[in-house]
Amino acid sequence: MKKKYSAALDRSPPWARRVTHVLFAFVCVACLFPILLVFAISISDEATIAQHGYEIIPRMLSSRSYEYVLSDFQQIMRGYMVSITITVIGTVLGTLITAMIAYPLSRTDFPFRRHFTFFVAFTMLFNGGLVPWYLVYVKMLGAKNTIIPLIMPLLINGFNVIILRTFISANIHPAIIESAIIDGAGELQIFFKMVLPLSVTGLAAVALLVSLNYWNDWYNALLFIDTKKLFPLQFLMYRVNISIQVLNTSSFIPDAAANARTRLPNETARMAMSILGIGPIVLAYPFLQKYFVRGLTLGSVKG
Amino acid sequence: MVPRKHKGLLYNVWRWRAFFVLMLPAIVVLLINNYIPMLGAVIAFKNIKYSYPGFIRNLLESPWVGFRNFEFLFKSGSSWLITRNTLLYNFTFMVIGTILAVFFAIMINEVTNKRVAKVYQNIIFLPYFISYVGIASCVYAFLSYDSGLVNRTILPMLGLEPVDWYSQPKYWPLILNVVCQWKWAGYNSVMYLAAISGIDQTYYEAAIIDGASHWQRIRYITLPMLKPFIIIINLLALGRIFYSDFGLFFQTTMNSGMLYPSTIVIDTYVYNAMATTGDFGMSAAAGLYQALIGFVLVLSANSLVRKISPDNAIF
Repeated sequence: MKKKYSAALDRSPPWARRVTHVLFAFVCVACLFPILLVFAISISDEATIAQHGYEIIPRMLSSRSYEYVLSDFQQIMRGYMVSITITVIGTVLGTLITAMIAYPLSRTDFPFRRHFTFFVAFTMLFNGGLVPWYLVYVKMLGAKNTIIPLIMPLLINGFNVIILRTFISANIHPAIIESAIIDGAGELQIFFKMVLPLSVTGLAAVALLVSLNYWNDWYNALLFIDTKKLFPLQFLMYRVNISIQVLNTSSFIPDAAANARTRLPNETARMAMSILGIGPIVLAYPFLQKYFVRGLTLGSVKG
Repeated sequence: MVPRKHKGLLYNVWRWRAFFVLMLPAIVVLLINNYIPMLGAVIAFKNIKYSYPGFIRNLLESPWVGFRNFEFLFKSGSSWLITRNTLLYNFTFMVIGTILAVFFAIMINEVTNKRVAKVYQNIIFLPYFISYVGIASCVYAFLSYDSGLVNRTILPMLGLEPVDWYSQPKYWPLILNVVCQWKWAGYNSVMYLAAISGIDQTYYEAAIIDGASHWQRIRYITLPMLKPFIIIINLLALGRIFYSDFGLFFQTTMNSGMLYPSTIVIDTYVYNAMATTGDFGMSAAAGLYQALIGFVLVLSANSLVRKISPDNAIF
């Protein structure tokens, strides 16, 4: 339908098309430039930077910043492991329990539907604020420096429940469920054998949104984690941004001659750490983005 | 089928026990994450002490102080500053964000080569995927005093003196606006693009037959058709106007104290008050102030949305 209008029936005047492309070329550069700049700095030589400042095209290449950062290979690897662990566990559990509450809320014959919808929706309206929330985790659950506050806060949110509920009621006709009941299937059986497989698109969209939240999370670590063992990658990156000293770089002994000429690669190492943190998501991006777009439009067309 | 409505509550609970089992994990998480902290909001009215074991007991037995925590907050002078900053930032983010997102969505829609259009869309969507920590590094690459691109390359080219960005509050309203739009423009335009592709194509066909120009079609079809959607998105944002994007204000400013006059918002204020001064009472008061006004705003926004388009109301 759309193609018919925009391509066949009508084309905009050539000058307008040219202006559009120039504009988007500019916008695209603006979007990519900062990331490329960080990358360029990370592979630049520290002494040259001290002389000329950060530049998008490195004057002198150097791998010292990566050697420096990766000299604490253990800490970086641990950061990756923590991030991967919480992302996997959080995404699987979060999507599952979101679906487990979204499905009952989608069933019009479930008599408590309105009550529990309110129970979920109210969390989107009102909250106790940061302080009581923090104290519940620290004082009540005693969860400081455990993996619990890295996972639980992002497990479920009202919006995802509502999105998934709407998806299920729009995509699974009540007649299918009714016929399953007549065939003697139990409610749990219906959920796991029918509803989940039929909702894969909606589940995937929610899972992607949730997984990005986990992967990019540093806030919960900022509040609840002091032990380096449990630093997720993004939080490690934040700590390095504040002070490069967080990395245990004593194992890296620069040779005396090089040290006389150059400072330790503080500035470039910071950027190298950022690239190690940003890298995976940017690399995965081309493969993931179309599912994200689908997920977003799923949520917005009828929220 | 047997009519169910005459059966009692207990019967219904038993009849639907499988659903209660399904909902249980979500309910437990929501209780811990959302509902118990709501009860904990009484901390704002208490002088919280940790003399007893157990959170609930401390909550119950700490002495009441009435509105003293609020008095401190509103007399400290920060309440006006944080409220003003929060409102002004969110308001400008909303206005500029909507204009940019609608503009990009319409422009992408105008690109006839769909493959090229996808490339553009994907590139402006990319910054959304980068965490605020990564964004902070990007901003630092521009604004570092000694080696930043702005001080070392751009300002000298214009014949200007270097600026110590991380200690000059006056520049930050602009910087934060740029960063915020950089991150969100692509994400928001995807939503508007979805709305545009939902517009009935026959309107355009009729307009073309009537000889409407490109600009006229955007002006008289696309924009009016988007209007309800634009209003709804913004009303929902209006309901969240007391809350901020914490990462934006905390990470990109490097939480620099010198920038607070123009960068501190309620969220970062509450965090700083709790984490650095350990003043739980006052930060709880600030948090409750935020939550209560936020609650009223969300409710009003939602009832407005429901008037305009019942389908889009949250409840």
